[in-house]
Amino acid sequence: MMRSVLALAFVLIATLAQAVQPDEILDDAALEARAREISQGLRCLVCQNENIDDSNASLARDLRLLVRERLVEGDSNDEAVAYIVDRYGEYVLLKPTTGGWNWLLWAAGPLLFVFALLTGALYIRGRSRAAAPAEAGLSDDEKARLEQILRE
Amino acid sequence: MITELGHFALILAALVACVQAVVPMIGAHKRWPGWMAVAEPAATAQFLLVLISFAALTHAFVTSDFSLRLVVMNSHSAKPMLYKISGVWGNHEGSMLLWVMILSLFGALAAWFGGNLPPTLRARVLGVQAMVGVAFFAFILMTSNPFLRMAVPPFDGQDLNPLLQDPGLAFHPPFLYLGYVGLSICFSFAVAALIEGRVDAAWGRWVRPWTLLSWVFLTIGIALGSWWAYYELGWGGFWFWDPVENASFMPWLLAAALLHSAIVVEKREALKSWTILLAILAFGFSLMGTFIVRSGLLTSVHAFATDPERGVFILAILVIFTGGALTLFAARAGAMQAKGVFGVVSRESALVANNILLAVACFVVFVGTLWPLVAEMLFARKLSVGAPFFNMAFTPFMVILGLLLPIGAMLSWKRAKVGRVMRQLAPALGLAIAVAGLFWTIQTGRSLLGPVGLFLGTWLVAGAITDLLSRIGKSRDYSRLLRLPRADWGKAVAHGGLGICMAGIAGLMAWQQEDIRVAELNQPFELGGYEFELLGVERVRGPNYFSTMGEVAVRQDGEEIAHLYPEKREYPVAKMPTTEAAIDYRFLRDLYVVIGDPQSGGGWTMRVYIKPLANWIWGGCILMALGGLLSLSDRRFRVAAGARKATPAKGVPAE
Repeated sequence: MMRSVLALAFVLIATLAQAVQPDEILDDAALEARAREISQGLRCLVCQNENIDDSNASLARDLRLLVRERLVEGDSNDEAVAYIVDRYGEYVLLKPTTGGWNWLLWAAGPLLFVFALLTGALYIRGRSRAAAPAEAGLSDDEKARLEQILRE
Repeated sequence: MITELGHFALILAALVACVQAVVPMIGAHKRWPGWMAVAEPAATAQFLLVLISFAALTHAFVTSDFSLRLVVMNSHSAKPMLYKISGVWGNHEGSMLLWVMILSLFGALAAWFGGNLPPTLRARVLGVQAMVGVAFFAFILMTSNPFLRMAVPPFDGQDLNPLLQDPGLAFHPPFLYLGYVGLSICFSFAVAALIEGRVDAAWGRWVRPWTLLSWVFLTIGIALGSWWAYYELGWGGFWFWDPVENASFMPWLLAAALLHSAIVVEKREALKSWTILLAILAFGFSLMGTFIVRSGLLTSVHAFATDPERGVFILAILVIFTGGALTLFAARAGAMQAKGVFGVVSRESALVANNILLAVACFVVFVGTLWPLVAEMLFARKLSVGAPFFNMAFTPFMVILGLLLPIGAMLSWKRAKVGRVMRQLAPALGLAIAVAGLFWTIQTGRSLLGPVGLFLGTWLVAGAITDLLSRIGKSRDYSRLLRLPRADWGKAVAHGGLGICMAGIAGLMAWQQEDIRVAELNQPFELGGYEFELLGVERVRGPNYFSTMGEVAVRQDGEEIAHLYPEKREYPVAKMPTTEAAIDYRFLRDLYVVIGDPQSGGGWTMRVYIKPLANWIWGGCILMALGGLLSLSDRRFRVAAGARKATPAKGVPAE
């Protein structure tokens, strides 16, 4: 009895699909390469942070087929992506656009880098011009302790 | 009974932590030695009590005690012993118990090895550490108690998520937590120093080993997780820029920055307030990682126990501790005066550049991870930020870091000449350019990625070797290499490891080859000069799963070089399939074979990948961790740690 239940469960879960299937692959290698490139930039909507190229979900398969359909129809990469975005929203784009406030996302790193460079340069300049301060603040007792600790 | 003892021990530990958080702090303020001395035995007691509690929970898992709710939810009597044990931390409640156990372990370690700290600093460090502990004990006991019983115990459990039933993932969380939570001790040191109002060279020396240790653990933990993703998820990806991965990567970047800036504090008494800030932020990012994993705020493959109530609790802990520490920092940072004077071109400046690059890289990851949330809340846009963004925005900073590293690592302290260093590094640079050029010409396609990665890899490794050789001077006496301080070796090994890791990532991403097809039995096919043949497919039964196991022969020039057994497993209790790729690991490339479903027209779906330099990624990580350990074993840390025991009365050890 137990055996047959397990066997049934086995059959049920074995039907789950995997990422890109052989039957999806286009005969035209150049088109297929473009389809792969596009699908690596599109998010599987029902998965958690997976692109449709890697995803096992059936919705991801539908999207993969849709991308290929568009490419076969003669769409350019951008047109095919725009077609998907029109229907599913910009949530599917793993690489966000630069439109609207998104420029801030793209510029955040470079802006902070410039700021940090300036701050760092100012600090280093200050350090290179500073005079060595006189020893102060440590009592004799503490100095002895520091000496002991720093000694190798 | 044992379970109740564990529960009781956990409550006792929380009470001990309350005492440890208050009494030594008052003692340090009033300079009462007796009150300060409470910290050490309290830290030891706290750790032992949590250890008992953890042992009790482990006992329940090992004996499959299905009267315990947590065991029912995450275990099964047929599960192999290794995964019964790893099941203890393969869930929210148990992993939080592991978290506080490591937190109290680090407190206890600081108590045991902190004998040479000034008494007030030691009391305050342990006090702050216990405050963090109190918050997390409260979190566990109030929202995530692992010791809850079932009213009616079932006959068997619901099994652990099969993806987690894997040796790589069994040890991934403990290492990651050792790293995450290890940063708490740096945080405690930073806050204690702010309360004391003083940071000096000795402080830098005390903090560095803890940072190094946490960083080593984080490196191993992240590498294990990435390796697991590589062989388990079925297509050989190794990094997905998932929010949870980013949550562990950000503390790693900051810990790397911290352990470099602490060198400047130790050797040159500069960058003090920045180092304090980094120590606070590094642990702050660890807390944020915990928050991200457990709140369900950001969707992720790894998120477990997504529960708003718990999320809010952790958010409160995050805000109170980082907010409090930053406020203290704002009030006290002015008192940290830099002492060391150094030229614009100097090791100090190079380390400032290192810190800028690592911190900005961390910031990019931070912004990218949280942007979907910001966009949704402020601009009502539902969008995603995925791998393509991070690859573009993050990589440039790592490339600059790799370019500067060998030069910076060889500049002398205080004042240096770039020309002199570049003359020494000329052979390394020439070699790196030659390697990049070679691969540029022999690769198919015009991708820059591979050659640039190999250029950086060669440059870093050859630079590290040049650095070591420069230490023996012109004498050509190679036996002196062995007598160099271990810290020097650690530095070279870790920097070389980074280079190997970079080369591996670039090689894998640039030159991977792939073949997806319906493979018929005994019909060989070819990919990248190798011939693959599916010899047969069998149904196999494992301890708690069924498996479809293929047998694949791999031939090169007609000679069989490997026999691979890719599997597709089904776990009937958890109702989940997993793929077990079969991998032929080689030094220069992996052959990666995955078997899929049977096709109606006969044959099986098969994916075959050739993954060049894949092992270099984890090999590089292992080298980085090894470098950290070598540094950690350097004589001056051992001397500093053992100073109290060696010389209680005599004063100074002989040179």
